[in-house]
Amino acid sequence: MPQNKNPASNYLITSKPHMRSNITTQRLMLDVIIALLPALLVAIINFGARGTAVIAVSVISCVFFEWAYQKIMKKPVTINDFSAVITGILIAFGIPATVPLWTMVVAAFFAIVIVKQLFGGIGQNFVNPALAARAFLLAAYPALVTMYDFGLAYDAIAAPTPLVQFAEAPLYTPGFADMWNILWGFGQTRGAIGEVATILIIAGGAYLLIRKVINWRIPVFFIGSTAIMLLIFGRHGFMTGQPHYEIFLGALMLSAFFMATDYSTSPMTALGQVVFGIGCGVITAIIRLWGGFPEGVTYAILLMNLLVPLIDKLTKPRVYGAIKGGKT
Amino acid sequence: MKPFTFKNRLHIEKHKGDTEDMRIQPISPMEGDLLTYPLQQHVGAPANPLVKKGDRVLLGEKIAEAMGRISANIHSGVSGTVMDIKPMLAPHGQFIESIIIESDGKMEEHPSVRGIEDTYHLTREHFLHIIKEAGLVGLGGAGFPTHIKLSPHDPDKIEYILVNGAECEPYHTHDHRVMLEKPGNIRESMELLLRLFPFARGIMAIETNKMESVMLYKKLFASNDRIEVIGLPPTYPQGSEKQLIETCIKQQVPMGGLPSDIGVIVLNVSTVAAIDAIIRRGRPITRRIMTLSGDAFANPGNYEAVLGMSYKDLVERAGGFKLRPYKIMSGGAMMGWALYNLDIPIIKTDSMILAFSEKIANIQPEQPCIRCAKCVEFCPMGLLPYEINTLALEDNLEGFKKLHGMACVECGSCSYICPSKRHLMQSILMGKTKIRRM
Repeated sequence: MPQNKNPASNYLITSKPHMRSNITTQRLMLDVIIALLPALLVAIINFGARGTAVIAVSVISCVFFEWAYQKIMKKPVTINDFSAVITGILIAFGIPATVPLWTMVVAAFFAIVIVKQLFGGIGQNFVNPALAARAFLLAAYPALVTMYDFGLAYDAIAAPTPLVQFAEAPLYTPGFADMWNILWGFGQTRGAIGEVATILIIAGGAYLLIRKVINWRIPVFFIGSTAIMLLIFGRHGFMTGQPHYEIFLGALMLSAFFMATDYSTSPMTALGQVVFGIGCGVITAIIRLWGGFPEGVTYAILLMNLLVPLIDKLTKPRVYGAIKGGKT
Repeated sequence: MKPFTFKNRLHIEKHKGDTEDMRIQPISPMEGDLLTYPLQQHVGAPANPLVKKGDRVLLGEKIAEAMGRISANIHSGVSGTVMDIKPMLAPHGQFIESIIIESDGKMEEHPSVRGIEDTYHLTREHFLHIIKEAGLVGLGGAGFPTHIKLSPHDPDKIEYILVNGAECEPYHTHDHRVMLEKPGNIRESMELLLRLFPFARGIMAIETNKMESVMLYKKLFASNDRIEVIGLPPTYPQGSEKQLIETCIKQQVPMGGLPSDIGVIVLNVSTVAAIDAIIRRGRPITRRIMTLSGDAFANPGNYEAVLGMSYKDLVERAGGFKLRPYKIMSGGAMMGWALYNLDIPIIKTDSMILAFSEKIANIQPEQPCIRCAKCVEFCPMGLLPYEINTLALEDNLEGFKKLHGMACVECGSCSYICPSKRHLMQSILMGKTKIRRM
């Protein structure tokens, strides 16, 4: 029996419309999880028990902290909307499999309690919880979370991630084998957990686009502007960039499809989404080319997240019938 | 040529299958039935009663007269006796002063019901006078008096007479049936209107989910080069006046303006059909074609009811309910109103009764906004529903006006699409109502 049934009426009284779509928050979040599954599967195969443990600890901690916070604060428990699961997977995807498991618990606490729940829960956080947690770990435990060489723990052969390798050897022209290795990444263990099978990340992004969970503007303008920036201001001077290779490196695809498109922290207007995508892409390229970190997506998106209220305010859509240029 | 469409359209399930093939069946009041005529069944000032308690009235007799510039006459749909004039519950939930007539079952016609034979030499003034006398209002649901709509500042500047046969509202099939069953009326009306507006072109716009109607009118108007029949993609809210104009004429009505400002007059297809019946047969508006649909009805279909009959009588005579109705709506699933009970009269602007059983009536509880932006993506007016929703809930009416909350056409697309099932439409309606009452 719904609560809004009027006792004075014979029938249910609600405001129009009396028909609702079957889209629910839960279904949207479930679609994001489905989109992440192929990459998750490869991550588990590539990184074995260790990778699985990192992902599992991250997801379980996120869900636990959301549940615990809401229980303690006597708020309705919303873990069944699956958003904490996504945060958990995304935190793990940005981290090398070599991290101590306890850092994932810290990261989950920071993401869910500090960034998400303290600001009001789902839809209210002002930066992406998974990226904020990653930035937090980078600042707090830099040595632990940048030890990308998973092989090191086993056979002591040190090798940098493909992005670092590429950045340090700018004259290197990637061949077909490099491209194949980056896109497919089967058996590849250099890089963060979710960064090794770029093609599957893109497939997940395509699934989200087809299901209309996200729209094309943010990923296309993000990746596009990164590529253009990298091409023009190449690593070896003007117009020497190799964006066709570089955009598949690092966390760009994962971030463009799964993190920059986070509903809470991206603009709601069409023009705003374009501005946001371009902003993310330009900052990413600037950090990659001239910054102190090999990868720039984390800080690019976090910075743009902070600008979202301003972007939304400045990019209001044109109202039907409004005269161009003037007010009403 | 650009495709026929408008901004931010929504594709929704139209649920027309149950009733689209059901012919219009007349349902008349019986002896002893009480008919209720609210004095306001239209946009504008309430009409002034011309009869008093105890008077005998005839079918088609004017019982209330338009007051002020924007108002409409009301006529009796039966012969009988005036029982009382008192406030009664109207479909939209208010109590409105109403004339109550007891039918004598004879349906004796008033001598004023007389048509015009020579429509060819009808002047615009005479035409408007007849339309005004007949109490015709927009039968698409808005209820704006038609004689006012057909009197723009400069009639020679009207470029388009746009006939709205979109019927985008789910479950509605009455316009479709009118188009199929009254093509003669519609053709005569169109030809008359185009004679009265000599510089206008006629456009008849029908959604292609009513292909039978589209084909019929393409054939009917094939030889008339002043009338174009357009098949529109079935989207929502295609039948909204502003969106229909955007689709067919590729122009937007300036904010705060009227379609006639850009040379367009939009008439619902049922209104157009009624014009011919008024002119040639002299019949004032005393009947209304209603679609009865929804899983609770035993015999869903299209019924021609007499205005003033109670919803209860109509439902009973149409076969009643098959399942226990859990929610009953007047006007449709997207833009209609939920009803308290069925002891309310059928008025000119009614169009359908929708009855849902418990199985499909419930709406999931509201959850927090996740900022998915789907409401922005699907607002046909280009508004920010999530933001004006918040402003309305915070009672910030100034902010609400600033973000053009008043431009909302109340199509309900935002609430429909919202994954968090937020009652966006409800709070925006509340904001609009508060501002209007200021």
